[in-house]
Amino acid sequence: MTAKPKIIVGLGTCGIAAGGQDVYQAIEKALAENNIDAELTQTGCIGACENEVLVDIQKPGQPRITYGKVPPEEVGNVVTEHIVKDQISRDFVLGKIGEGDLPAEYEDIPVFFEELPFYQKQNRLCLRNCGFINPEIIDEYVAREGYEALKKVITTMKPEEVVEEVKKSGLRGRGGGGFPSGLKWEFTMKAEGDKKYIVCNADEGDPGAFMDRSILEGDPHSVLEGMAIAGYAVGADEGYIYCRAEYPLAVKRLKLAIEQAKEKNFLGNNILGADFNFDLKVKEGAGAFVCGEETALLMSIEGKRGMPRPRPPFPAQKGLFDKPTCLNNVETFGNVPVVFLKGADYFASIGTEGSKGTKVFALTGSINRTGLAEVPMGITIQEVVYDIAGGLPGDGEFKAVQVGGPSGGCIPKDLLHLPIDYDSLTDAGAMMGSGGLVIMGLDTCMVDIARYFLTFTQSESCGKCTPCREGTKRMLEILQRITTGEGEPEDIEKLKTLGDAISSTSLCGLGQTAPNPVLTTLRYFQDEYEKHIFDKRCPAGICVDLLIYAIDPELCDGCRRCVKACPVDAISGEKKEPHVIDTEACIKCGACLEKCKEEAIKLQS
Amino acid sequence: MSKINLTINGQPVEARAGMTILEAAESAGIEIPTFCHDPQLVGVGACRICVVEVEGGRGLPAACVAPAGDGMVINTESEKVVQARKANLSLLLANHPLDCLTCEKSGECKLQDYCYRYGVAETDYPGEVKEIPFEDSNPFYERDMNKCILCGKCSRVCFEVNGAGAIDYAYRGFKSTIAPAFEEPVENSPCVFCGMCVDLCPTGALNPKLSKGLGRAWEIDKVKTTCPYCGTGCNFYLEVKDDKIVGVTPDYDSPVNKGNLCVKGRFGWDFVDSPERLTKPLIKKEGKFVEASWEEALELVASKIKETVDKNGPEALAGLSSARVTNEENYLFQKLIRMLGSNNVDHCARL
Ligand SMILES: Cc1cc2nc3c(=O)[nH]c(=O)nc-3n(C[C@H](O)[C@H](O)[C@H](O)COP(=O)(O)O)c2cc1C
Ligand code: SF4
Ligand code: SF4
Ligand code: SF4
Repeated sequence: MTAKPKIIVGLGTCGIAAGGQDVYQAIEKALAENNIDAELTQTGCIGACENEVLVDIQKPGQPRITYGKVPPEEVGNVVTEHIVKDQISRDFVLGKIGEGDLPAEYEDIPVFFEELPFYQKQNRLCLRNCGFINPEIIDEYVAREGYEALKKVITTMKPEEVVEEVKKSGLRGRGGGGFPSGLKWEFTMKAEGDKKYIVCNADEGDPGAFMDRSILEGDPHSVLEGMAIAGYAVGADEGYIYCRAEYPLAVKRLKLAIEQAKEKNFLGNNILGADFNFDLKVKEGAGAFVCGEETALLMSIEGKRGMPRPRPPFPAQKGLFDKPTCLNNVETFGNVPVVFLKGADYFASIGTEGSKGTKVFALTGSINRTGLAEVPMGITIQEVVYDIAGGLPGDGEFKAVQVGGPSGGCIPKDLLHLPIDYDSLTDAGAMMGSGGLVIMGLDTCMVDIARYFLTFTQSESCGKCTPCREGTKRMLEILQRITTGEGEPEDIEKLKTLGDAISSTSLCGLGQTAPNPVLTTLRYFQDEYEKHIFDKRCPAGICVDLLIYAIDPELCDGCRRCVKACPVDAISGEKKEPHVIDTEACIKCGACLEKCKEEAIKLQS
Repeated sequence: MSKINLTINGQPVEARAGMTILEAAESAGIEIPTFCHDPQLVGVGACRICVVEVEGGRGLPAACVAPAGDGMVINTESEKVVQARKANLSLLLANHPLDCLTCEKSGECKLQDYCYRYGVAETDYPGEVKEIPFEDSNPFYERDMNKCILCGKCSRVCFEVNGAGAIDYAYRGFKSTIAPAFEEPVENSPCVFCGMCVDLCPTGALNPKLSKGLGRAWEIDKVKTTCPYCGTGCNFYLEVKDDKIVGVTPDYDSPVNKGNLCVKGRFGWDFVDSPERLTKPLIKKEGKFVEASWEEALELVASKIKETVDKNGPEALAGLSSARVTNEENYLFQKLIRMLGSNNVDHCARL
């Protein structure tokens, strides 16, 4: 319990983007002006990104009160009222966290993690510290059982036992492939080599994904601890964190964390007095999506052009600088301390038969509550979309959810009941990927979405494989044609043939999965493609070239301005009577639209 | 080395453990098409034309890098494989100038060969075609990156064998190409014009300038010879048409140089038919070189040697021979000079 009131500002990238720095300064100012003696500190993302800037105030003996969407102009007041007058602003309060008494009038404030619908179905294991600790102060991590797992492992377990425990936990890689982490550790442990490496994949290149960033910014030590445990298990004394340079805050906090961990001897030589050395370096990536692929990533660390190479040999046999290397994702490493703190059995008790533990998802798109949610594996898409994310805004109707970013696929309404685990998603043609969930309503055009993702993968293909480099280009061209009304009947077949050829013959995961967004939208929404191709219509009203110009007879006053404007005489009608546009003759130049004073000319799908 | 047994196209094959599927197939006389594979380079599995079907396996692995396993049942020409290869070729054609009629590579172009083999006459996927400026600013070879299929053999041989590392992949996606740093002309790069890249290129993207227009692949005979430039004695084939030399191709089986050459051997063959080449001895008379007969020239040399030795002793005599003659001839030459009493003998191998 704190002796002084404590004020915590959410200063992850999401918080900063929402104006967190200004809020922080405004609080500093208010504290000074009102002579309030309080501790002001920062924390990482707690997941409720859409409520940023989040400000928490904890008075001694009281629960911690979380305020959301606090503007800098108001925050001074909120803080002063709370601390000085014990008045909680109803305009901004979200919930309460922890034990303690509040004045009776505030009893109704919901318990943050238990009563707020966004959190009710979450299980925050990997994100256990995000939003709770100041990531720049190692003692705050240590105070929440930080480095306890490492201590336990080094002082009481043999490397083989550590590997066994990870195997028993059922932990699978969170970076996309879902490979059993214990097995990977075992291969690296057993690989012959005078030198071994641990590498953390913090490249997070999927558009729309920000789970890893939040962990790195909010709880960097959990990743370092996971890596050190891995180092002990496989016999590595050196590690790299490959973090994309577009995450400057994560890089800064990682470097700081490494420095502090060295000072405390959680990293360095003879860690905690044992015969175990482990050192870490941060390597910044240069912004290529393909550098998230493990072999390309290793090349990039070595200073070469990041291009995937064939496997075998797998990194566990021949990785960084040709030495056995254990490479895992940020979230995978972040889960490792949990496995040892709570036990493999506990970890394995969460989730489904084949997918254990939790997964962090980045919720974006057409939903009421965007943000980061950590849910037990096996939760249904329905629960995530409706219970956690609060469904679509207004009376929006759900159409599909894109799972797994550009490598994933679009899952339709009929499959809302699908449990979220590695295998179910793969069977549905999508994949877990890194955990991006983009929710889409009826106003989303599926052909356009496929085109969007393919634009991304095409421009990110490393250029090595013919099918990936050339094939995605042709698929993209076909999609561009379809969305501009130039689609031809054989295009659907061509997309399928090309998609199959690309996925079955490409070298790395990028090429193998690049057709997924197209193949899944074809699988579940072929009628939408057909409408574009045969009827030249875009049912969602997104593809501009396919929209129809029409005159609303209610609004048209028959002024004839549009008739004069139309270069192809497509508009007819008696004076003072509603006019009509001949859609066959219309060339969609928009000239009429500009001239109509009554705004009677509409674009229709 | 332990043996493994597998079945390729229904045929039992015994291979060595550690072989790739491609090597196992080749050892049984089964040919699998490749663009990016070369036995002297590290396998990269880039072009994907060598994909094969492995029973019970996922996708179609690239034979050039996939390890052959004991008990594998492999089909190198199944319907799926053929479909994938056709799609691959169709995609390459969509982005390739179809000027085979005038292309120097015609007749020995792998793209042409495989399109013929799989009956791919035109692309199913017409669309944007790359437009990269043609580069011919150096005296030795032209670079037409519009014909490049990005197999990467050039950049790999340059890095792995030559060590120059003059070129590499640049950009990503459809914009990918092979280029020297900052897309400077190759002469501004570490390129030493060994021509190894030119020799490995499966298409007409890299062409030796001197051979341009001198003959089609099928008109040319290859004559094995030893490079006359230096004492290393690299072997290669002279390309000959109508008794004229029209080019050089490497001899990868040569124990001396395994196909590697330097700029002189690779590109310097045009001296043979040069009109400036000396074919008769010249004697300087009144400040001018005048053609002479061999008898007259040898007479003159002998008399000058005699005169020098008589007048100033044998130590005044020195012999300088050529690096461009054989070891045996050089041996005889030094013997001659020593017999005349002088140890001052050397030759010009100062490459
Ligand atoms: C194109 C491509 C991009 C990838 N990007 C990432 C990434 O950003 N982060 C990540 O952890 N894994 C990424 N992966 C997966 C990695 O190759 C690798 O499987 C993973 O990092 C292994 O860690 P894990 O077993 O803990 O999941 C990517 C794979 C591909 C093919
Ligand atoms: S599949 Fe694409 S990204 Fe992967 S190696 Fe091949 S060309 Fe590069
Ligand atoms: S000529 Fe030789 S040095 Fe020059 S780019 Fe080609 S392989 Fe490299
Ligand atoms: S220039 Fe020739 S050898 Fe080099 S990548 Fe292109 S096709 Fe291959």
